[in-house]
Amino acid sequence: MTDSHAGPFIAAIDQGTTSSRCIIFDRDGRIVSVDQKEHAQIFPKPGWVEHDAAEIWKNVQDVVAGAMVKAGASREDILAIGITNQRETTMLWDKHTGKPVHNAIVWQDTRTDVKVRELGGDIGQDRFRRQTGLPLAAYFAGPKIAWLLDNVPGLRERAEAGDLLFGTMDSWVIWNLTGGVNGGVHVTDVTNASRTLLMNLDDLQWNPEIAAEMGVPMQVLPEIRSSSEVYGTVTGGPMGGLLAGVPVASALGDQQAALFGQTCFSIGEAKSTYGTGTFMLMNTGEKLIHSESGLITTVGYRIGEQDPVYALEGSIAVTGSLVQWMRDQMGLIKTAAEIETLAMTVEDNGGAYFVPAFSGLFAPYWRSDARGVIAGLTRYVTKAHIARAVLEATAWQTREISDAMIKDSGDDLLTLKVDGGMTSNNLLMQFLADVLDAPVVRPMVAETTCLGAAYAAGLAVGFWDSVEDLRANWRRAAEWTPDMDPEVRDREYQNWLKAVQRTMGWIEE
Amino acid sequence: MAKNIQSLERAAAMLRLLAGGERRLGLSDIASALGLAKATAHGILRTLQHEGFVEQDPGSGRYQLGAELLRLGTTYLDVHELRARALVWTDDLARSSGEAVYLGVLHQHGVLIVHHVFRPDDSRQVLEVGAMQPLHSTALGKVLAATDPVAHAELVDAKREPFTSRTISDLDDVERILELTRAQGYAVDNEETLDGVASVAAPIYDRRRMAVGSVGITGAVERVCRDGELRAELIAAVRDTARSVSRDLGAKPF
Repeated sequence: MTDSHAGPFIAAIDQGTTSSRCIIFDRDGRIVSVDQKEHAQIFPKPGWVEHDAAEIWKNVQDVVAGAMVKAGASREDILAIGITNQRETTMLWDKHTGKPVHNAIVWQDTRTDVKVRELGGDIGQDRFRRQTGLPLAAYFAGPKIAWLLDNVPGLRERAEAGDLLFGTMDSWVIWNLTGGVNGGVHVTDVTNASRTLLMNLDDLQWNPEIAAEMGVPMQVLPEIRSSSEVYGTVTGGPMGGLLAGVPVASALGDQQAALFGQTCFSIGEAKSTYGTGTFMLMNTGEKLIHSESGLITTVGYRIGEQDPVYALEGSIAVTGSLVQWMRDQMGLIKTAAEIETLAMTVEDNGGAYFVPAFSGLFAPYWRSDARGVIAGLTRYVTKAHIARAVLEATAWQTREISDAMIKDSGDDLLTLKVDGGMTSNNLLMQFLADVLDAPVVRPMVAETTCLGAAYAAGLAVGFWDSVEDLRANWRRAAEWTPDMDPEVRDREYQNWLKAVQRTMGWIEE
Repeated sequence: MAKNIQSLERAAAMLRLLAGGERRLGLSDIASALGLAKATAHGILRTLQHEGFVEQDPGSGRYQLGAELLRLGTTYLDVHELRARALVWTDDLARSSGEAVYLGVLHQHGVLIVHHVFRPDDSRQVLEVGAMQPLHSTALGKVLAATDPVAHAELVDAKREPFTSRTISDLDDVERILELTRAQGYAVDNEETLDGVASVAAPIYDRRRMAVGSVGITGAVERVCRDGELRAELIAAVRDTARSVSRDLGAKPF
């Protein structure tokens, strides 16, 4: 038994979309303590989403202090702090006062729709894909910076004069932790920078031409560093009182942190996080793969001076949120977990297929004219068949992304490591293994995002020696092995693909 | 016809009075509507409130129907909800104990495994979710039979097959074990289902203080036993987990 926790520890800050958390981990990667605080979601107009960055920084300090108290830890116990964050959320602050000059624009915010369409011009959304790996889309940070400079009076002048700093939430937290107006370091890591539409994927440097075209002055941009190195030490303010001198030693966007926490360190290893939506990332090693199948090319992580590790990313807009829709809009279940109970009352989907293209189809199709359908309905179909079709939709969408990854990378998917709330659904996990024809494994530490940030920070300060140390910490909590007749798999996949075809062209532009 | 119990009749009348729409009533309204002394009405309301059938608005002091009434019609806890709530705690139990963790509920004549966490070594293991285990010989089953009257009835009617030389099959002996289980709050299976394998389990309660399942660890006797007995620290870890899951389900610690 190793239930008594004694230091040393690593603290991980997860600055997420709805809350900020701090988790303290021990050497075995076990959770010692957790503290969490939600922040306000600000909706100034339909489609706009903002966060108050000052509130977020206050919450971050509170949860770090809270987690320290719960762990009974002192400054000497904490060897390093790591950071993971909601990706793409964009803010500007005044480097002399340390105050945000506007609310942060959250990744979901669609106000830059028009701007990105203009930027695409005749070429369209792939205009900067070769350099940045990304399609032009409203999520990414670069156009959000330009929006702030163009729409908030006075900001462009102050930016040109060198008074403003840009950051995603990693930069904001690191700058504040390391002293803020008194010498705080202005940095970001390669994974966060790879979501701006402003960084070259090959040399990992800002691209001045794209920045100029987008209207982003180079002087607002932070220095791009690796994901795992000491950026600075905790200095000044309440955090200085608590943790002065502790190295701030990692930054990773949340999905990349989960890839790291799942120890997907080898080529072909992939993780999929099942929340309201789903993000699947596959390690492609030092190979920078330009997707032919609508996937995003991104930096997986970079450890110190080592070569960067790239990844292919596919996202599914609607997975867990389809179950919530069944609960809240349809009223067919009372809790999300009941979907499994309802689905298990029947043997199969009864011929029904549910394609939840609620806001169009994402990877690998990218069709904004698509809308959701339930196909194959007959008098025979019951709500239980629909419940099955709901769960199967998540698995088939994963299969489509996985097929695209295999095609682009030329690597096989050996196993899929999963995390997130939907992994408690046994029926779904078994069906996922069945349709992927690959084992699906769930790790024992569910908090893979924070764990990834802790791992990267711990590596930077020598708490762990190598990624092999981290692999040794990884524990399998459950594994689902494929058990489906290949003929059935192929037939069902064909039916799914037929249903997908029926979603397209619904919206006439 | 036998005389009815007056206080129950009065309680029923109060619930009818409060039913129908968004109704909130003060103590004097309720007392006068039912022709009761205020003290009598208050006593009944307090009992109903304790059971969750009535709630008192903290601002106005008025009474309204409680959430428990809504739950009466849908009493059973969804097993998949139970698994989702238990997930983090059972992962932690596997990690701290170094053994496989199982979560069981009563299903037909035995224990249905609704959740299974692998032993945290790198050995190959097979997910046993959906498997059935016997009630009389396993730790999970004994806990269910000791805490859930329906499970107890199933156990009494069952064949109680002797799986090993240590399986307890005689009904009187089994009843003594169940009594011990109730007294100590956990049950042990020391090579009674499989030779060389021992387990310990504890009950999970919901917010109505009803046993809804059991959680336990299973492993080789060489690891989980010392001097022929289950190791005390493993028993403590299992009971901690059961308490944590129960707390998550809303069970009060009394």
